[in-house]
Amino acid sequence: MSDTTFVPAPPLDYLHDGATLKSWLLTTDHKRIAILFGLSITFFFFIGAVAISIVRLELLTPAGDLVSDDTYNKMFTIHGIVMVWFFLIPSIPATFGNFLLPLMIGAKDLAFPRINLLSWYLYIGGAAFTVLTLILGGVDTGWTFYTPYSTMFSNSSVLTAAMGIFVVGFSSVLTGVNFIATTHMLRAPGMTWFRMPLFVWAMYATSLVMVLATPVLAMTLLLIMAERWFDLPIFDASRGGDPLLFQHLFWFYSHPAVYIMVLPAMGVASEILTCFARRRLFGYSFMVYALVAIAVIGFFVWGHHMFVSGQSAYANVVFSFLSFMVAVPSAIKVFNWTATLYRGSISFDAPMLYIFGFMGLFTIGGLTGLFLATVPIDIHVTDTYFVVAHFHYIMVGGSVSAFFGALHFWWPKITGKLYPERLARFAAITMFVGFNLTFFPQFVMGYLGMPRRYHVYPPEFQVYHVLSTCGAAVLGVAYILPLFYLIWSFRNGARASSNPWNAKGLEWQTPSPPPHENFLTPPIVEQPYDYQPADIAGGRDAR
Amino acid sequence: MSTAFLHPPFDTLERQHQAVSFGVWLFLVSEVLLFSGLFAGYGVYRELFPAGFLAAGRHTDIVFGTANTAILMSSSFTIAVAGRAARADLGRMAWWLLVVTFGLGVLFLVLKGFEYREDIANHLLPAPAFAVPVPGAQIFFSYYWIMTSVHAVHVTCGLIAVGRLIVISRNNLAWLSGSASEDATALYWHLVDVIWIVLYPLLYLVGRAHG
Amino acid sequence: MSGFRYSLPEASHNAGQVDFAFAAVLSIALAIFITLLVLIIVFAVRYRRGAPASHAPLPKLLSREIEIGWTVATTFLAIFTFWWFVGGMGLPPRDAPNQLEIHVVAKQWMWKTQHPEGAREIDALHIPVNRQIRLVMTSQDVIHSFYVPAFRLKQDVLPVRSTELVFTPTELGTFHLFCAEYCGTQHSRMTGEITVMTAAGYRAWLHKQPHGDSLVREGENLFDKFGCGACHSTQSQVHAPKLDRVFGSVVVLQDGRQVRADEAYLKKSILDPRADIVAGYAPIMPAYGQYADAGDVEAIVAYLKTLPKQGGKP
Repeated sequence: MSDTTFVPAPPLDYLHDGATLKSWLLTTDHKRIAILFGLSITFFFFIGAVAISIVRLELLTPAGDLVSDDTYNKMFTIHGIVMVWFFLIPSIPATFGNFLLPLMIGAKDLAFPRINLLSWYLYIGGAAFTVLTLILGGVDTGWTFYTPYSTMFSNSSVLTAAMGIFVVGFSSVLTGVNFIATTHMLRAPGMTWFRMPLFVWAMYATSLVMVLATPVLAMTLLLIMAERWFDLPIFDASRGGDPLLFQHLFWFYSHPAVYIMVLPAMGVASEILTCFARRRLFGYSFMVYALVAIAVIGFFVWGHHMFVSGQSAYANVVFSFLSFMVAVPSAIKVFNWTATLYRGSISFDAPMLYIFGFMGLFTIGGLTGLFLATVPIDIHVTDTYFVVAHFHYIMVGGSVSAFFGALHFWWPKITGKLYPERLARFAAITMFVGFNLTFFPQFVMGYLGMPRRYHVYPPEFQVYHVLSTCGAAVLGVAYILPLFYLIWSFRNGARASSNPWNAKGLEWQTPSPPPHENFLTPPIVEQPYDYQPADIAGGRDAR
Repeated sequence: MSTAFLHPPFDTLERQHQAVSFGVWLFLVSEVLLFSGLFAGYGVYRELFPAGFLAAGRHTDIVFGTANTAILMSSSFTIAVAGRAARADLGRMAWWLLVVTFGLGVLFLVLKGFEYREDIANHLLPAPAFAVPVPGAQIFFSYYWIMTSVHAVHVTCGLIAVGRLIVISRNNLAWLSGSASEDATALYWHLVDVIWIVLYPLLYLVGRAHG
Repeated sequence: MSGFRYSLPEASHNAGQVDFAFAAVLSIALAIFITLLVLIIVFAVRYRRGAPASHAPLPKLLSREIEIGWTVATTFLAIFTFWWFVGGMGLPPRDAPNQLEIHVVAKQWMWKTQHPEGAREIDALHIPVNRQIRLVMTSQDVIHSFYVPAFRLKQDVLPVRSTELVFTPTELGTFHLFCAEYCGTQHSRMTGEITVMTAAGYRAWLHKQPHGDSLVREGENLFDKFGCGACHSTQSQVHAPKLDRVFGSVVVLQDGRQVRADEAYLKKSILDPRADIVAGYAPIMPAYGQYADAGDVEAIVAYLKTLPKQGGKP
């Protein structure tokens, strides 16, 4: 074990450095703020999950017999809003990014610790508006807020819902600014750009998207609120406004937002895969370029959400082409991960199982994206369950799997405790099975014409909905299980060493949990992912 | 320079200053994109309703608009000079220049308030009794109200930042030259000014070339 | 549980094309996916911890070549797929001579359709097989989307604007019509049935329908009711644009732009007459948006398209 470096009377770790509520609520330690974010997004994850459980239960039968149509519409809307803005977008960046970015580049903290705390308070502010929306009876516009429904026709709490997202957007922007500045300014001596772990690159690319795309969404929501409040004509077709302008502005943010959710997952996958394959990352520099390429091209593909909206056929062709192009760097990444396994020494601990799941599900999500980029096919399947399945494969199969992978991989570092490995493997496999059972049938019924956001539906689709709901139940178990055993582990788990996975990367050179300013001795920077399969017992090196 | 202004994650004051101004620049990029969403919409509708935008543009108050442009540009000048003065160890002068900047900012908001009152009296709120019966004019004025009020919010934030400098440095002039706050605030204030300089022709000069 | 669907009829001219494209993209996707899956499984087994296998590093040159190789290959595959399926199929079909034009008005939460002879339907549409259909669609309130899975066709329906859907049904039968763009409370009940009939069957069906006014007649009535002729007829003393042969003509506007007077332009000129003032006329016409609903405007435009009537009024 490599954590035999001598430690003279260790200072308190960040978890025990102050025990009062105030020491948490006014902390500027990036690790504590990461924990605050972690707890908040977990809360919203379960709100989103409850909402979708009601939707899935309703869909067991073709008739609308469990809840009313309005309730149903509010449930899928709140599921979308909460999962996108209050779980997925902050999920990996604001928790693991916050916790790990300074550790991985050998810094004491993020560049602007107080701004970091402000990010969390902005998140809580946005969250308060969202909870207020629920108290006021919910919102029924769908997470996409399409005009003129959202501005003129909906009778629900559009204002508070939009306000919540508007506020939480600034949290994203500030986190992004903080991450970029930290990466530029606080790398330890020796940590050159091309020695940075892929996770740091992923955070960097994600932050660029956050800083550039989020303000456009903020402004778009502001226009929605102003139009609803003051009866302005900006998106009102009967007074000369253009509802399609809203869609352009909305997707200009919301397509890149998908990359805010999935780029961090790609970073996590690169970290975990190399560690458990004991192998250098295949094609490191290509992986970096691919990340940046996805972030950049991702800004120019928004029109593929609008192939049937009435935009011109020529715009459709251009956006289709660009969408095919963004598939290339994503494919490169999957190839490289696969090649990383070659000649490795692979073990199947829970984090690795999650990443295997991530690779499979993300690949299916990405490949079905090709169907949606193909205009004639998209015309048929857009706004059906095919699209629902596609983006859940990316955002849940991809991002959430990676989130759980990260949670298990860095759990010992964050808490200083080990989690029960067998239960964790069981949860990982259950999650994979449950996920596929939930969403694969949705591809089929989508292609057969089942529209999304339907409260009642023709009986011929019932078989698929029943399968999907059963899958959701399995998935629910797989999500609740870690909640219990991780709480147990936090209280009663065995102590973790500073580097239980024998992993490379600076975050493993400091005690678990790390002390207040992260490192007791300046970390030693090596080549990234400098794994040697030979040093694992049982492996047999050819040379 | 003392290390009294050095904050935890940084090892040198120089690095800290670099980081602060880099961070503020990043934030400003984000702010520009915030407004670019509005500019894009403005552009689209101006293309769709050229006549409406010309007609409506003639109803904004060019006197207030021009006066405010002059005020904001002067305030940008005073805050820039304040920064120079602080670095040249003319702390007292820097402080007074900040006070002038603050005063100009407040004057801007006061004039804007009078202008809004006049606009409302002239039925320039997009509502049934709207004063300019040309299609697109209401959309122009929707953008007028949203752009100027979002900008006014930015001026207010800028005032809070400048006010913070004034209060903290009142008895501690060395802080002005030592901390990165003055630079950061000035950068932000310049952005507020630059955005106004874009808004001014879009909202006040459009439609006036034809007399 | 009444039956379950595992296939979808190909009931329009382009359904086969879409299914073909789908099958082709599916085979490309499957080829990639299975290759990756096999590689991952083989690597996972062969290089599992403790297995006797080589762990030697790859030569740098080789890995670079592999990297460039698959980057180029993927790019070409993407461009090829795009070119094949989008380049060739992305554009709408050409107009056929005996095209049947049907007007569709969507509103929360129903579909109203109207045949050229005047027959109207709600949440239903009867059409003859093998004849090109043009749907001219508009919405009275929010955005809806006209979706017929069996035709593999979908088009959003927007307020004020018209959107079109041109297709040829090729199979007899009854098919689902869905609203595919979320439109509020009863979105999922905004469904209907498309019945594709033989040409003879369609004529017989039309004959049996109550003889409502045809769209053109209805438009003519509305034209009179709103007093449009008071200004726009050739005899009128008011200085207003005359409407004979207005449809399809090129109109010069006050600000110098030239526009073609298509359906969208005529509609806009009724709802929002001051948007595009014709050169040489004063903007004196009131906006009719508050008097005429989307269906009325459709009818008036349909009537304007027929002008001048032989011996007709204007």
